[in-house]
Amino acid sequence: MLTNDKLPLIRDKALWMRRTAFTMVHRAQLGHPGGDFSAMDILATLYFGVLNYDPTRPDMPERDRFVMSKGHATGALYSALCAAGYFPEDWLPTYMQPKSLLNGHPNRNYLPGVETNTGPLGHGFPVATGIAIAGQITGASYRTFVLTGDGEQQEGSNWEAAMVAGHRKLANLTLIIDRNRLQQGAGTEETSGLDPLDDKYRAFGFDVQEVDGHDHAALLAVLGASPGTKPRCVIANTTKGKGVSFMEGVASWHHGVPNAAQYEQAMKELV
Amino acid sequence: MATAAPTAAGFQDCRNAWVATLEQLAEADPRIVAVVNDSVGSSKLNSFQKKFPDRLINVGIAEQVMVGVGAGLANGGRIPFVSAASCFLTGRALEQVKADIAYSSFNVKLVGQSSGIAYGELGATHHSIEDFAWLRPLTNLTIIVPADAWETAEAVKWAARHEGPVYLRLSRMPVPDLNIPDRQFRPGHAEIVHEGSDLAIIACGTTVHLAASAADLLKAEGIQARVLNFSTINPLDEAALHAAAATGAIVTVEEASIRGGLGGAVAEFTSANKPVPVERVGFPGFLPTGSTDWLFQEYGLSPEGIAAAAHRALARKA
Repeated sequence: MLTNDKLPLIRDKALWMRRTAFTMVHRAQLGHPGGDFSAMDILATLYFGVLNYDPTRPDMPERDRFVMSKGHATGALYSALCAAGYFPEDWLPTYMQPKSLLNGHPNRNYLPGVETNTGPLGHGFPVATGIAIAGQITGASYRTFVLTGDGEQQEGSNWEAAMVAGHRKLANLTLIIDRNRLQQGAGTEETSGLDPLDDKYRAFGFDVQEVDGHDHAALLAVLGASPGTKPRCVIANTTKGKGVSFMEGVASWHHGVPNAAQYEQAMKELV
Repeated sequence: MATAAPTAAGFQDCRNAWVATLEQLAEADPRIVAVVNDSVGSSKLNSFQKKFPDRLINVGIAEQVMVGVGAGLANGGRIPFVSAASCFLTGRALEQVKADIAYSSFNVKLVGQSSGIAYGELGATHHSIEDFAWLRPLTNLTIIVPADAWETAEAVKWAARHEGPVYLRLSRMPVPDLNIPDRQFRPGHAEIVHEGSDLAIIACGTTVHLAASAADLLKAEGIQARVLNFSTINPLDEAALHAAAATGAIVTVEEASIRGGLGGAVAEFTSANKPVPVERVGFPGFLPTGSTDWLFQEYGLSPEGIAAAAHRALARKA
């Protein structure tokens, strides 16, 4: 049931996740906070409003799958998985420390809730396509969601997956694109332009919807809607670094890390 | 079911054993699916497709998504056999094999078809002689190179049972059955094809029967060569290598590059444990145009060529 009852929870979790991720990055002096924060509201909406899962049974066959293709955004993913109950909070300070289960990129062999190992870009969407095909041929009821970055869409493997998903009409598959319009060093459109991304996915056989990627109600409506007859592409318009004034829209925060004063400032803003 | 049709004087195309076995397994286990890159015919999967139309997933000519889809199918509880020409499966999709299959530890069976230089005349783009070197460092990926139709069938059965990533390297080159009595398929264990203690010839895949013939030639000269069918490249049978090194001279034979493959693995092992002369028979790099048979002869993948390598190794023996 889609009700706005979920919105206060999603809002609270998104705030906790932002504070948690920034604390992890500050402590480790490593990470990708810009992309963590552009994806945060999408993950909070999925884990606290959309996905069917049981953190005590991470291998439950009928679970909905969420594949984090932008695997570098582990601040977002780990804070979401922790908030969802997959592992205890006392694991968080180990982020990127030697032999930590919280690697710089997610590893399903160590960490419950991770569906596939990502990091190199353009891997999650093909794997999610395979998960959706398994559901299609077995008649399973689970849904598969995959989040890619927008710069990541420059990887050709995504378009191989788009052809397959469109051809097979994988209605149980939702591709979410974190459209923050920035990649590591510059804007996507000045690097190797993606627009018109909506028309591209329409041409590949997707039902395309654009949404404000920080509007929980809008995200909930789009991501929680029942499957149609085609795979869905949700272009989530986002702001890199969303929620912290000095990070918003600044490309260098892709893998920038905060000093003590910046950390303090961010914690004052994230309330 | 596809039947194993002898092609010439008892030689068999192992692909018939591959697909007949896969169909048998698929009848019994609905989790088994096949994934191809428009390679239904070259993988001999036409009959599988007719029997199990929903379980043959053809992604088109797109190897990256083919391997990624294999990982996803495993996540969804299927047992995928991802079958494609080995040059494209392992080359084009190498990062997917690394990240999505090996590093992610998915229960996926990669089946490299027409491996080595089966596509002789088509040139180096279509040769798959680098795959061992590319895949050996993926230590949790079991690599099996069957030497004949019997071993192909056993390897397919074992792969379906085994929980974990596997690379089966098959050939379209007909080979004779090794006709070893009371044979048991034991992955990770080398098989003695011919006993001897003057030197060891370590071969895999299509070259094992050639190594056995070389041992016959050497025997006529009074040289007793031990021939090992080293069908598992990952993990290495270290006990068999210790014993091989104890003969004092080793020849390796593979339908692959001499750099980083079976020969490379044996040289790594012996140099670290018991240095002995190792002569590697295989291919030095990109190959000129020629039929498979011509290339085998030209590069010494023949009974005579292997026997000559044995003489070189023996000449270096301490």
